[in-house]
Amino acid sequence: MERVSIDEGRCKSCSLCVSVCPVKILTISDRLNERGFRPAECTDQAKCTSCGWCAVVCPDVAIALYREVKA
Amino acid sequence: MAEEMKVIYERPKSWANKVTHYCPGCTHGVAHRLIAELVDEMDLIDKTIAVWPVGCAVFGYEYFNFDSVEAAHGRAPAMATGIKVTNPDNFVFTYQGDGDIASIGMAEVVHAAARGWPITVIFINNGNYGMTGGQMAPTTLLGQKTTTTPMGRAPQLNGYPIRLPEMLAQLDGPAYIARVSLDSPVNIRKAKAYMRKAFNAQIRGIGFSLVECLSTCPTNWQLTPVESMERIRKEVMAYYPLGEFKVAEGVL
Amino acid sequence: MSEKVLMKGAEALAEGAIRAGCRFYFGYPITPQNETPEYMSRRLPEVGGRFVQAESEVASINMVYGAACAGVRVMTSSSSPGISLMQEGISYISGSGVPCVVMNAMRGGPGLGNVAPAQADYLQAVKGGGNGDYKRIVLAPASIQEGVDLFVDAFDLADKYRMVVMVIVDGLIGQMMEPVEFKTTVDVNALKKPDWATTGRHGRDHANIISSLMMDTATLEKWNLELQAKYAQVAATESRIEEYEMADAEYAIVAYGTMARIAKTTVRTARARGIKLGLLRPITVWPFPTKQLQKYVGQIKGALTVELAYRQLFEDVELALCGKVPLGWYGRGGGVVPGPQEILAAFEEQFGKGR
Repeated sequence: MERVSIDEGRCKSCSLCVSVCPVKILTISDRLNERGFRPAECTDQAKCTSCGWCAVVCPDVAIALYREVKA
Repeated sequence: MAEEMKVIYERPKSWANKVTHYCPGCTHGVAHRLIAELVDEMDLIDKTIAVWPVGCAVFGYEYFNFDSVEAAHGRAPAMATGIKVTNPDNFVFTYQGDGDIASIGMAEVVHAAARGWPITVIFINNGNYGMTGGQMAPTTLLGQKTTTTPMGRAPQLNGYPIRLPEMLAQLDGPAYIARVSLDSPVNIRKAKAYMRKAFNAQIRGIGFSLVECLSTCPTNWQLTPVESMERIRKEVMAYYPLGEFKVAEGVL
Repeated sequence: MSEKVLMKGAEALAEGAIRAGCRFYFGYPITPQNETPEYMSRRLPEVGGRFVQAESEVASINMVYGAACAGVRVMTSSSSPGISLMQEGISYISGSGVPCVVMNAMRGGPGLGNVAPAQADYLQAVKGGGNGDYKRIVLAPASIQEGVDLFVDAFDLADKYRMVVMVIVDGLIGQMMEPVEFKTTVDVNALKKPDWATTGRHGRDHANIISSLMMDTATLEKWNLELQAKYAQVAATESRIEEYEMADAEYAIVAYGTMARIAKTTVRTARARGIKLGLLRPITVWPFPTKQLQKYVGQIKGALTVELAYRQLFEDVELALCGKVPLGWYGRGGGVVPGPQEILAAFEEQFGKGR
């Protein structure tokens, strides 16, 4: 399961998440969403540290974050 | 060994989960999200009545799952006063842009602050009238080009920008007055902490609270969202210092 | 239970509003109605209400708007220049479909004018004022007692139709003293709590939103059609008039409020001289009692509109009777109030000796 979950339909391609990610795993994709924006995507889920900065700057409430814990 | 996914962050329950009408990168969305997070965390959804302004946030009521009213331009603090008087136990906040609060609605916010009754104002300062196409606002910086200051804001022609929190902090009425910035994750987290204090000032019945949020308008600034955040740090904060200007006893 | 007490008009009307269930008042000082907010400021706390002195009439009406959204009985009062400042708020309240009562103690205008009695805000009250297609119900009492009684109707009508109800008086009614009886006391706790009010969800399964903003043209047109249907219903059912000495009348004076009260003396004087004069006194000036006036087409040989304004009420009389009854007009402005003899002289000048 994804650590960084981006709701592509809500993304407006503003790139703020890309600019603040400390481990540089976010990028703007080549796809178009239904509104004509190129949504942000995560290139390497395993590197995500769950710092939350992407969700904190996202103006469109498009990012959710999860982390594995041992059951 | 089995693994489960723990939620680090998900959208707030008081967020109506609609796609907003805001331009890409506009920090209205950030301020909205912080309000929704605080309403959730402070368990206010059943008590909240929001008063929305005229300006870009005019449709704000579309995006939340709590009660809302839509005010006339600048009159949100008066309307909030009427609501609070009838329902003192409710949580009442206004959400206003710079033109709404510091130009046409200056009288209403000053007197709401002077009365000191516990209502909360979230003030979005993006330095221009975004909804109408980027005209000069009372907060437009000197030299800043807008559609009505094509050569840049000149004090001889256009006067000086208004620092509202510093003005209101001179009054005895307010319990909490602060300015925050929505330019970076660190400052956004600080903004939320200050907004929590503002909410608490009301919930604890201490008095009027206001938080000004330095915000971006990438479309009218003609900058990318990332460049707009940099502009806040380089130019806007130089004129509008961050911090708390009034913290009454008991505000946490 | 109720007995007659001698009270000043502006205070009696305030008490009438409180008896009608008003618990919230927001206002700003302006002559000639300052006794109303002053009375409210000491009386409302006694009945569990709140009085707020606002920073302006603009703020007053928007505080009223906020309180009206909570579904409580709320009012403001002012006088002509202050009422002008409230027009934006009245439009928003009307566009949002929430109820409130606004009282205008009309004074001489235009501009700052003076503080003497006038009826020059008639067209503003009944035809326009703020922006957009909206109507208010406008009640025009001619005595303190009637004003007190009408306040109960004002709040009931506001709640029933979710409209702004205006009560228009003038400084004469506000400043004179008369014996008054408070016949009705509304139990505010027994009033139905509206389901549309923004009072916090408190377990409600949806958020209530009150707004006059509808960007979609079809949506806004539909809302306008709903408002128009409501106004048509009000026009068809809520108009009121007093018909005084009209049974055998050959001529009629049409006047409302203070002017009608004075015209009653004119009617009595005229009848003593053998002139069969009567009085048609609209109690609601919107909806205008058009049908009640038209009833006298064929009976009366002339109708003289008398008002403290320049051909404002006359417009509505003309719309009701034009081409069917010969019309005359007599009005004074600037706060000048004509006596019964001046009205009679104007009648005789325009209609002869009425025989």
